[in-house]
Parts: sequence; C-alpha cells; structure tokens
Amino acid sequence: MSTNQGKLKPSSSELDLDRPNIEDYLPSGASIQEPHGKLRLSDLLDISPILTEAAGAIVDDSFTRCFKSNSPEPWNWNVYLFPLWCFGVVFRYLILFPARAIVLTIGWIIFLSCFIPVHFLLKGNDALRKKLERVLVELICSFFVASWTGVVKYHGPRPSMRPKQVFVANHTSMIDFIILEQMTAFAVIMQKHPGWVGLLQSTILESVGCIWFNRSEAKDREIVAKKLREHSQGADNNPLLIFPEGTCVNNQYSVMFKKGAFELGCTVCPIAIKYNKIFVDAFWNSRKQSFTMHLLQLMTSWAVVCDVWYLEPQNLRPGETAIEFAERVRDIISVRAGLRKVPWDGYLKYSRPSPKHRERKQQSFAESVLRRLEEK
Amino acid sequence: MGNSSSMLTQYDIEEVQQHCNNAFSQQEIVSLYKRFCQLDRNGGGFVSAEEFLSVPEFAVNPLSQRVLRMVDGLNFKEFVAFLSAFGPRATLQQKIEFIFKVYDSDGNGKVTFNDMLDVLHDLTGQFISEKQRKQVLTQVLEEAGYTKESLLVLSDFVKILGSSGLKMEVEVPVD
Repeated sequence: MSTNQGKLKPSSSELDLDRPNIEDYLPSGASIQEPHGKLRLSDLLDISPILTEAAGAIVDDSFTRCFKSNSPEPWNWNVYLFPLWCFGVVFRYLILFPARAIVLTIGWIIFLSCFIPVHFLLKGNDALRKKLERVLVELICSFFVASWTGVVKYHGPRPSMRPKQVFVANHTSMIDFIILEQMTAFAVIMQKHPGWVGLLQSTILESVGCIWFNRSEAKDREIVAKKLREHSQGADNNPLLIFPEGTCVNNQYSVMFKKGAFELGCTVCPIAIKYNKIFVDAFWNSRKQSFTMHLLQLMTSWAVVCDVWYLEPQNLRPGETAIEFAERVRDIISVRAGLRKVPWDGYLKYSRPSPKHRERKQQSFAESVLRRLEEK
Repeated sequence: MGNSSSMLTQYDIEEVQQHCNNAFSQQEIVSLYKRFCQLDRNGGGFVSAEEFLSVPEFAVNPLSQRVLRMVDGLNFKEFVAFLSAFGPRATLQQKIEFIFKVYDSDGNGKVTFNDMLDVLHDLTGQFISEKQRKQVLTQVLEEAGYTKESLLVLSDFVKILGSSGLKMEVEVPVD
C-alpha cells in the first residue's frame, strides 16, 4: 500500500532521528482499547478507534493550528466605529506609511553611504572593519524597526560575545531576526531566499557572518552542522543565532526543535519572543504572502509590539541526549512566551511524515492481536 | 453550495443540516465549514487527497488510504454527511454502516474474506505475516460461526458489532 502519492516527498530517515516519541504527546491511545481476553471476530472488525482518530484529524489537528494566521477580530462593525476605522485606514496608509517609508529610505542612505566605504576601504584592517560593520547592521535594523513603529521591550541581560555559545529563539517571521539584530549583531543561519531579500542576505548579512542552508538538500544537514560547529568555536565571530523550529510558526504554538543547535558542545542561551496580537499579527505565513507584502503589511499597521526575553543560558546535562536538551529548552521558551507545544516537526509543511509513526501503530496492534490469540 | 470561499448563509446551513440528518448543530456546521475552507487550500470547492494527506495526524493513520477513498473530492455538503457517523447524535446503526462501508471497498454490499484480510493488513502492516493473518482471521471467523467463504452483509456486521460499545465520536471545535 503506497502512501507516497503526490508531490510531497516522504521525509528522509535522518529527520526521524531528531524526534522524541510522538506517542508521548498525541492524545490517542493504543489502537485497541483495553485489550484483554480472547480474540473474537468483533475485536478484529471493530476499527472504530482508528477511524475516530482519522476523522478527528480531519476535523481538527494540532499541526494546521500552528500555521493559522490570527487576524485580530474586526472591530469596525457598527455605525460609530466604522468611520473611526476608515479614518484610521486613511491615517495609516496616507500619513504613517509615507512617513515610515521616508524614515526607512533615510536609514538606507545613511547605512549604504557608511557601509560601502567601510567595506571596501578598510579591507586590510579586518578587526576595525568588522566592528564598524556590526554597528552599521545594528543601525539599519533599528531603522527597520522604527519603520514599523516597533515597540520592543527587552528583558534580561544583553547577550555577551563569548565563544562557545549559541542563541536559540522561537520563530514567527523574518522580522524576529531584525528585532534581535538591532540589539546585538548576531550571525544567523538562514534559508537563502530569492529576490531582493537574497541580495541583502549575500551582501550585508555576509558581513556579520551568516550560514546558508537549503531545506531540500538532504546532504545539506551535515555541511551545515559542520559550519555551525566551526563558527561557534571561533572566538571573534559574532554570536550565532539559530531558530531551531526551522520554519515560521504563528506565535501561539511551538513545533519541535531540531537538535542541530544542541549538539555543538556549546552553551545554549534561549530567547523567547512574543508579539502582541492586538496591534498586528506578526506571523509571516510564507504560503500566503511574500516577504515584501508582509513588510508592507507591517508598515501600514499601527505598531509592532513585542517582548523579547533573554533567558538563562543552559548547558547539556550529564546523561541528557541532544533531543532531550532541545525539548527542555523548547519548554523553557514556550513557557516564557506562552506558546503551546505540539509534537510535530516544522518541516512537515514541506514533506509527509515518515512511515515510522504509522508502523509503530501497526506494530502495537499486531502484537496485541497475537497476544490475545494465545489467550484461551 | 457554490464557491467555497463564500460565506455560508442560513439557507446553506439548513440545507447541509438536512442532508446530514441533523447530525450536527448549526454552530458545528459553521465550524466544519471553516475547517473545510482551511483544508481546501486551492479553493476548488472540494478537498483533494493531497490536501488531506498534508495533515500529518491523518497521514500517519493506518486506515488513511481507505478513509481517503471515501472522502476525496467531496463538496462541503457531502463532507458533513460523511462525518455524520462521528457526530454526537449518530446511532449505532449509522456507525456500523460506516464501518461496513470501509470494509466493502467495491461497494457491492458484501464483505468477503479478502476484504477483511486487506483491512487487517492495513492495521498490522509488516508485523504479521500474510499466512498468520489468514490463520487468525479464519480462526475467529469460524469461532463466530462463519467460514472463509462467507459473504458478510450489513446485518451480519450489526450482529457482530452490535453488542460492543462502539465509541466513535469526534468533537467539532466550536469557537
């Protein structure tokens, strides 16, 4: 019985090693309820529990919920509020948006007129060049944040530049990176994007030190893991920021963390980011919007309000596996940011779950059938 | 029902409710409609197999292919009717009929030994050999008074499953 129809490919077995046991999380029990006693025909024919699980998944499932945009409730529904809302729209689009666009343009002009000379003229003097480029990147990120009227409250000690530490954060949109970057110039690991974003990535972000990955490449994981390790060992590289979820989630849930960041032999410093939904839904639903549209949406909203918590650095405990470590840190971040945890790998957006999960169910059913056959 | 991206009117809701014999309340139908639109990503008015299988919880289910055959390409009205066996007011008869339909893949009203063997295969995968499966099935069939050549019809299923408490209810999340 083939399950691989359609364009989605089954995930490679490598990704499976990342996951703790899904059965611990899913509410459904074994396929036969309370199996004991001799096996009868009714036990074999009664497939109701499994059918119920299938129907339950059709009606509601935790994975889809992670990627649902949360548009705020429309409040412009009556005669008094509607004109107010119209005024708000006019204000946002005709006054705020142009003002912000101007601010952003000024920011870019300042940035480029400093960055380009520094980048080319100081080629010999690496240490000074790096320092200036770092400051400039923080500057342009501040301009970006200002262009959405970003109100960011940072809690906790500011990240320090030490070797052998990585920062991990939950991921809602690419602006997560900009918000964190305006405070501290991190090096980041990112999916290479097309278009103007890709251009920015290859020019400016290169200067703070970035690692690229390609989701669809199977071998890519090992190459990236190696680069991560090299970077984190280097003393004067910028601190590395990793989003272990691997994909944007809607800031209400957190999907499983990939273990890559947790097996580098470094201290892991968790960062929790929570956006205030009242002002704007910052979730970048990459299936629905391009990044440009997403930015425009932010620039025509009232504000982007969020909290950033720099949490206590964690180390691998003796006897703990990388996966357990990842889950422990996910727990810390989810509790702080008020996110619900789900047992799914974010990459299931792009591929089918591996047959291993289904096989586990089949195995437990098969064992119970055989066991009950023995009973007399 | 029209384009799935349009809003449901009161008439639509009542039509759907009638079609599924009041298996769901009006609020539940509205929620199911939201879910249907969520699953129907390309807005074609029906949910394709691909779109169902993109729900990981569904894709890992051992009977997903069989359920898929029954639910693939249904419009919203038929979708709700399909789910009515899992509603809070579904009768035991409805549930058994649904189970029967899952077994009776060719829809001729008769479930053969091979039909049952196929479902057992879906449920147990590679963890029981084909020979063992046949053995187990033959044994329980004979103990229940049937043979390998018996063709089971709906009333047989009612007799066999009627006494076990079939718990087959799914909760529709209502905002």
